[in-house]
Amino acid sequence: MPVSQTNSRVVYEALKKCGIGLVSALPETWLVHLIRMAEDDPEMILVRLAKEEEGVGISAGAHFAGVKSAMLMQNHGFLASVNGIVSFAQLYRMPLLMIISYRGTFGERDPWQTQGGSVTEPLLRALGIPYSFLDDPPKVEKRVAEAQTLAYSMLHPTALLLTRELMWEEA
Amino acid sequence: MMQRLECLRSVYDQLQDCLVVTIMGAVASELQSLGHRASFFYLQHAMGLASSTGLGLALCLPDQKIVVFDGDGSVLMNLGGLTTLARYQPKNFVHVIFDNESLLSVGGFPTATSTGSNLEGMAKAAGIERTATVETMDAFTQAFAAAMKRHELSCIVAKVEAVGPKGYVTDLALLENRFQFKRHIENLTAETRRRRESGPQ
Repeated sequence: MPVSQTNSRVVYEALKKCGIGLVSALPETWLVHLIRMAEDDPEMILVRLAKEEEGVGISAGAHFAGVKSAMLMQNHGFLASVNGIVSFAQLYRMPLLMIISYRGTFGERDPWQTQGGSVTEPLLRALGIPYSFLDDPPKVEKRVAEAQTLAYSMLHPTALLLTRELMWEEA
Repeated sequence: MMQRLECLRSVYDQLQDCLVVTIMGAVASELQSLGHRASFFYLQHAMGLASSTGLGLALCLPDQKIVVFDGDGSVLMNLGGLTTLARYQPKNFVHVIFDNESLLSVGGFPTATSTGSNLEGMAKAAGIERTATVETMDAFTQAFAAAMKRHELSCIVAKVEAVGPKGYVTDLALLENRFQFKRHIENLTAETRRRRESGPQ
C-alpha cells in the first residue's frame, strides 16, 4: 500500500510527544498505519468509532478527565461531525484537536472523494476553526504541538489537514 | 405510568459519588430541580453525544462510576454509539435511557419507539449483555441499584410518560456547568493521586 508508513510514524510520534493519551478513529486508507500504531501502543487508548461525530463526545469526556486526545478522521468524517463540533466542542469551549485526512484534492483518483475535498477548507473557515497542513515531515512535530497549544489556549477545535504529499508515496 | 422526575428522585442519593452526564431538555432541568451538583454535566445540545461523552469519561477514569441519563430521541440519533459502547464494555458505565416515545421538548412528536422500535433490543443486539426494560418504579430502582453494584456495562430502558417541566432554561450557564464539572474531576483525581502517593496506612 502506498500510504507512507514512515510519515505516519512521524505524525504518530508527534501526537505522542504532545501527550496525547486517547485517539478516536474511523478507518480510512490514509489512516491505516496511524490507527495500527495506536492499537499497538499499550499507553494509548484507541476508540474505534461507528461514526466520526461520536469522537467529539469521547474527546470531551477525555478532556473532562484530564486526558489529552485527538480525533483521526477523513474529511468526510469531519463533514459528518459538524453538529457535534458546533453544538458541543464550540458551544462548550472544548480544546478539540482534529487530524483530518484531506482527500479529494489534486491527484485524487477516487471520484467519490472529490466533492468533499472542495468543501473542506471553506467549511473550516465558515466554522472559524483554525487549521493548517501537515505536508512536510520535518515540520510535522512542531505543527502538531502548535495546533494543540492553540486548541488549549483558545479552548476551541483546531484542525490539521493530512495532505497527499505527506501520506501518499506513489507518484 | 412512570414519570422521569420520580425516577430521577428515586436514585438521586445514589448519584453522590458518580459522574453524571445528561442529555438536554427535560432530563437536564428535572435533575437540576432536584439539586445541582458539581459532578453533573448537562449536555444541552449535540443530541446523541451524551453516551459518547460518558464513554470518554469511563475509559479515562476507570475508577469512577459514570451514569448517563439519555433519551429515546437522542439514542436514535446515535445508534452506532451503542455498538461503540458494546465494543469497549466499560465496566464503570450505567446507561439509563428514558424512553417517552416522543421528542418532548420540541412539541411531542412521536419517535420510532412509539411504533415498535425497541431500544433494549438494539442495545442487546449491539452486544451489551446487561440490559433491562422497566415500566414501574420498583423495577426501575431495582435495576438501577443492581447496575450500580455490578462492574459491568449496564443499559436500562425506562419507559416513562411524555411529560416534563414548563421550561428548560435554568440559571446555570452552560459554560459555568462545563468548567465546574471539569474542576470537580480535577479535584477528584488529585485526591486519588494524593491517597495513592501516601500509600497504604
